[in-house]
Amino acid sequence: MENKKTKKLSIICFSGDFDKLVAAFTLATGASSAGNYEVNLFFTFWGLNAVKKNRNRSFTGKGLLAKVFGFLMGGINNVPLSRLNFFGISPKLMTYLMRKRNVATLKDLIEASKMLGVNLYACEMSMVILGLKKEDLIPEIREVLGVAKFLEYSEGGDRIFI
Amino acid sequence: MAVFRLDITGEHCPMTFVKTKLKLSELHEGDILEVLVREGEPLENIPQSAREQGFEVIKIENVGKGNYQISIRK
Repeated sequence: MENKKTKKLSIICFSGDFDKLVAAFTLATGASSAGNYEVNLFFTFWGLNAVKKNRNRSFTGKGLLAKVFGFLMGGINNVPLSRLNFFGISPKLMTYLMRKRNVATLKDLIEASKMLGVNLYACEMSMVILGLKKEDLIPEIREVLGVAKFLEYSEGGDRIFI
Repeated sequence: MAVFRLDITGEHCPMTFVKTKLKLSELHEGDILEVLVREGEPLENIPQSAREQGFEVIKIENVGKGNYQISIRK
């Protein structure tokens, strides 16, 4: 009786902003659970901060410049609010409010995505720029890929860029 | 056949759907899940979402205080 018809949603997570990641993961978990969609998340550039194994600021990456960038960008614990960030205080306040109002936090949504079997992918090109290896990312990243594979995997479904 | 219960009256979108789907995935075919939901968005969409996934919505019952019990058979 299960999986009557599978629909597909592919989201390119370009932004590493807290609020935009919340939007991406809300759509991903919602589509997977409410709509029974097959969901693909492609992390590229700033979005890679959401899937780094090291959740805090660290000198991740190959080469001095990449390490500095890695440190400045940080991990999921450092993602800034796209507006009114106030040096990183606002995402913490926002998370506090989300908990208080019993709305899923960014971390809840990421965990839910993993449990629902949302497919996570990382962009090869931006990983080369930032000197990141697959081992620097969370183990749930299924594959490191480029545009061609993205087009193949997202073929026939909806594509969103966040 | 076993009956399971899930209270999502304190949850909001998308966790209402996430919790229901994950719970249903634990059940065996023929088992029943009784989901307690608030009226409004979850009441409107949980049954529809369950049907879309090929499950049978057996009953929707008003249990008072703005809450409803949706019985879903896997």
